[in-house]
Amino acid sequence: MPLQPRLRSNNVVIERSEEEREKKMRVRYQVAGMFSILLLLAIGLLSPTSSVSAAADGKITGTVKLDGAAPHMKGIDMSKDPYCVKQHENNPAHLENVVVGAGGGLENVVLYISEGLSGPEASQVPTQVPVFDQKNCMYTPHVLAMDVNQKFKVVTSDQTTHNIHPLPNPLAGNIPWNKSQPPGAPPIETSWKTEEVAIPVKCNIHPWMHGYFVVVKGPYATTDEKGSYTIENVPPGSYTVTAWHEEYGKQTAKVTVAAGKPGAADFTFKAK
Amino acid sequence: MRRMIFNGSLVLTAVAVVAFCSFSWAQMTEFDENQRLGMESHIGKLTGHAAAAAGSYRRYCVGCHGVLGDGEGENAQWLDPKPRNFTLGIFKCRSTTTGTLPLDSDLYDTIGRGLDSSNMPSWNPLSAQQRADLVAYVKHFSARWVSEKPGTPIEIPPKPEVTAERIKAGQAVFQKVECWKCHGETGRGNGPSAATLTDDQNRPIQPFNFHDNNRFKCGTSDEDLYRIFMTGLDGTPMPSWSDNIKPDEAWDLVFYLRTLQPMKSKEKEIARQIGLKPGATSAAPAAPAQQ
Repeated sequence: MPLQPRLRSNNVVIERSEEEREKKMRVRYQVAGMFSILLLLAIGLLSPTSSVSAAADGKITGTVKLDGAAPHMKGIDMSKDPYCVKQHENNPAHLENVVVGAGGGLENVVLYISEGLSGPEASQVPTQVPVFDQKNCMYTPHVLAMDVNQKFKVVTSDQTTHNIHPLPNPLAGNIPWNKSQPPGAPPIETSWKTEEVAIPVKCNIHPWMHGYFVVVKGPYATTDEKGSYTIENVPPGSYTVTAWHEEYGKQTAKVTVAAGKPGAADFTFKAK
Repeated sequence: MRRMIFNGSLVLTAVAVVAFCSFSWAQMTEFDENQRLGMESHIGKLTGHAAAAAGSYRRYCVGCHGVLGDGEGENAQWLDPKPRNFTLGIFKCRSTTTGTLPLDSDLYDTIGRGLDSSNMPSWNPLSAQQRADLVAYVKHFSARWVSEKPGTPIEIPPKPEVTAERIKAGQAVFQKVECWKCHGETGRGNGPSAATLTDDQNRPIQPFNFHDNNRFKCGTSDEDLYRIFMTGLDGTPMPSWSDNIKPDEAWDLVFYLRTLQPMKSKEKEIARQIGLKPGATSAAPAAPAQQ
């Protein structure tokens, strides 16, 4: 912008006009400032960190079944550790990769909303603390689902030393760690910072011990021994629900939740 | 005048857009490794620059660690243990807690020391500046160094005086927390779980045998040994014990482990005097405490 030529002969007039100009400029700067603040606010509202509370009492329910004969789950030889053997004297241990209940219900399937959640429901972190127990040299539960940033606990009920070694992909944001839990060790309380379906967990001392942490965004559920599940706290809307199983992978279904009317989605995985 | 205001609001809008974009900065840099060539390392008074190490990396490191730093260099197929994959940002030898990035000085020490019983030699023949530059170069392979800070170093209290009692207490710790499950009753690396151990990439890995090794992968001093079991060796089955072994017990354990090693030491001398035998103490390992 070109500089105003200075007129020395009439100083008073120039001063006045400069004052006016400054005033005008100030007003315009204020307008520009307000505009950018509004813009930042709009961005803030759009970004997922906003925390507006909303009534979310809808549900999605259903069952997950396995079509076909359940694969044979091998027995586990625990002879490496006499303590573990003793715990299973009367109930032999089997692998838990595929657990099928009465009527073909598939256990340990994690269901979560993969599309359709927006704003507060996606970012709300549940306050309950899921527990992953090392019991009788097995993981209980075998699959533990949780929300991003949700606190969870790893405890041990065993009188033998375990090491708990989750193996997420460090390039995706969650970092592997490896901690010991001798008998009577205090719980480990921690959380995962990124979605990841799923994080394998193992104990190096007892190589048969193998489980998963499933970290999702928003409401989730895990199927029980009958294969049924209920995802709570889902606001009315249309969603894509994903069912994940460690052996059979993922399936999705479209679900609509209306006010006072829960959505429903059943899944069937084909036995290999 | 109009133009000035237009410019002003343009600048403010640009600021807003940049602020918005910075939310997803971490993902943007993941594959853009050249952008990270500005990476620095700080070791004491030394400052290393990644860009300055490109030459020495190509000359000394690339054969094993690969052009991309992923441990897939042309020699990698012949090596066991495998060369480190730098893109993951996971390192055995740290002074920081498990699941965190190491300090620059940890990487610097590793380059200088080399890793015993692996193919990684000591690079002390390189100048201190070259090694510091290489630390920065190693870091530039992983986006984790952009998005994360190194962990907090574990505290190592001053070493107490070695006594017979402390050595015996250390043996009890070895039994109590069940080091023997992998390292064996007498520390020969032949515990019941030894044969099935695998690293994070599912490759077989052996526990340390104290009887035929003077040195550890992550150092030779008593402090190094203390640090190894308190931080754990990330990427391997060796967990962190810092939640379950108190600092005093940790020193006891250091003294006991020294009695197993082949070199002459004060600990070994005391163990000989008191007739200490490695392995289970009077109580059987898994048995509950007797009254």
